[in-house]
Amino acid sequence: MHAIQATHASKVYRRYSRRHQFTTLKSALLSGSLTRDLRPDETFAAVRDVTFTVPRGQTLGVIGRNGSGKSTLLKLVAGITKPTTGTVDVNGRISALIELGAGFHPEISGRENVFINGIMLGLTKREITRRFDEIVEFAEMKDFIDAPVKTYSSGMYMRLGFAVAIHVDPEVLLVDEVLAVGDEGFTHKCLDKFAEFKRRGKTILLVTHSLGLVERFCDEALWMDAGSMKAIGDPKRVVGAYITDVEVGEEQLLAAGDAKAKELSTVVSPDEPATAVLPDHPVETAEGPADMFRATEGRWGSREIEITDVQLYGPDQQPGHVFHSGDQMTIRIALRSPVENEDFVIGIGIFNAEGVCCYGTNTSIEELKAVRIFGDAEALFTIESLDLVEGTYKIDVAIHKLDGYPYDYHRLLYTFRVKSRTKDVGIYRPRHAWRFSDSLAFDRAGDEA
Amino acid sequence: MLRNLAQLFRYRGLIQSLVARELKARYRGSVLGFFWSFINPLLLLLVYSFVFTFVMKAAHDPRIEPYALFMFCGILPWTWFSSSLAESAGVLISGGNLIKKVLFPAEILPIVTVLANMIHFFLGLPILAGFLIYYHRPLHASELAIFPLVVLVQLVLTLGFSLILAALTVHFRDIRDILSNLLTFWFFSTPIIYPYFLFEDPLHPEQVVWQAEALKLNPFTHLAITYQEILFFEGPVGHLKWLLLLGAISVVFFLFGYWVFDRLRDTFAEEV
Repeated sequence: MHAIQATHASKVYRRYSRRHQFTTLKSALLSGSLTRDLRPDETFAAVRDVTFTVPRGQTLGVIGRNGSGKSTLLKLVAGITKPTTGTVDVNGRISALIELGAGFHPEISGRENVFINGIMLGLTKREITRRFDEIVEFAEMKDFIDAPVKTYSSGMYMRLGFAVAIHVDPEVLLVDEVLAVGDEGFTHKCLDKFAEFKRRGKTILLVTHSLGLVERFCDEALWMDAGSMKAIGDPKRVVGAYITDVEVGEEQLLAAGDAKAKELSTVVSPDEPATAVLPDHPVETAEGPADMFRATEGRWGSREIEITDVQLYGPDQQPGHVFHSGDQMTIRIALRSPVENEDFVIGIGIFNAEGVCCYGTNTSIEELKAVRIFGDAEALFTIESLDLVEGTYKIDVAIHKLDGYPYDYHRLLYTFRVKSRTKDVGIYRPRHAWRFSDSLAFDRAGDEA
Repeated sequence: MLRNLAQLFRYRGLIQSLVARELKARYRGSVLGFFWSFINPLLLLLVYSFVFTFVMKAAHDPRIEPYALFMFCGILPWTWFSSSLAESAGVLISGGNLIKKVLFPAEILPIVTVLANMIHFFLGLPILAGFLIYYHRPLHASELAIFPLVVLVQLVLTLGFSLILAALTVHFRDIRDILSNLLTFWFFSTPIIYPYFLFEDPLHPEQVVWQAEALKLNPFTHLAITYQEILFFEGPVGHLKWLLLLGAISVVFFLFGYWVFDRLRDTFAEEV
């Protein structure tokens, strides 16, 4: 017996052109029938040909990027909008946690709002009276329940809305990214409530960005991409595929950023070092800004030796921008020196998003004495294990004289991203392991709602 | 459509609570609170009495004296009608959150608007009754028996208008602006501040006057006349057959309004 069944369901929204928005009743009447004007100029398929079945008692997690049609799908299941083509069939009483406290009236008390909201969600007055204390208890609102809702904080508002919705006792529960309600404690309470629903054999459709929750909690996962179903099945597999896809997307985004940085360096011809500088850096900064560490991104230097290209490589020796914590990473620096030169130092710095220098080194610090560079050259800097926590990092690459005179200084022009399944904090992740005595035990279960 | 209409019955609890909420919320925060529902019509009547007793002592047809009371008999139901229409026009847009986020039959919103205004109308009636007694206007039980009927006809008619306006305003927001002017025009096209026999030539009452004929096309004319005949004028309610005809038309009009609303229902969640 299915609880939710969607068969080739599509939802096409109309997208009005600018002209259309200004159409008035008058012009609609003058120019012809109303119905013709109610027809869209352009259409936009928010959900395209979606087919899936959720058996009774199962939990389906819906994941996907912003704008991929997740919420529209949920509205179709909830019956708030009807599919343009195809069908969506639901068995049993639905409660949709799409927007909490929708329909609360600000002027009247929380108590009265609980009643009205409950009735809206399909309860009878008697049922609400019976569950009222439980609802207030759950929302942690005992002291404020008789105050007008307009005096509530947004957290209180959401909590009360959530408490009502969850006490409707639906057979099918639809949840749209509402777990970010209240503090940690409340979130746990919500999760416990979901777990209880699951135990009692209720069907849940969960739209969320919390992939950990989907993996842990759902029986199946559905990945929506640009309105279509990209994958459905085992949550671990689908989430894995989704993460990979997101990485590819980020990779493309960072690559585009890098392309811009490179464009910046190629615009400049070596004979005109003065123009080699971003607008925020005055022309005469062949010397570099006074305080180098406070400088924003940019490029400067005399170009007697030029950095022609910087490329990052992952463990598979493929160029990339997204790396996993602990991966090997290689920075390849292509250099060109038109004349032979023996006074140079190659340096590298890694900065996190807050601008904190995570690591910096150069050939001089590491007691390498320059011998010569001539023509095209290449320097490879390999980090055996990229032990950084998740985040976005930027790289400085520079070649300068031993005394600091810059030949070519690329400040924060290259970006890469470190991904990690562990959400630890800080900058650096030392290689580590936990060990426990026998009297101390843990289970392998993350808690990352 | 008929299934949806039947389903509406299941939501009577919700309609009831929403009407109660509407009334509570309206006066929440004011000192006199709920008493405003009585005081407003009382003050209105006092203002009219003052104006037509002391300021504009124009000669009225003696049949409509006291003039303020005559006017009040028509204005009270008109206020119910016109406020319902004006509020219904915006009700789906302001209640957009409900339509988009909660599975909720949208027609409840205009229905609640009409019913909340009807309650206000009822709350004005004791004031009207007080003045009827003050001016020694006798009310006959036979006339009063018709009162629920005229209220019912007005309710059905107003619901029809409200549903159409609510549905169309979602697509054409200009309706709200047109409506306020249209209602003013409508008010003056209804025998409320003047009696319906204004156009009749007292010497040839059987002569057809085009203004009087035009007035008959206005559905509210028949409601206003009936209210006046029940509450103000002596004698039997001569307008009953017109009222019954209007009742039949109102039912058809309500069904038409509901049909329009039902046809446009699926577009609301996207447009508001």
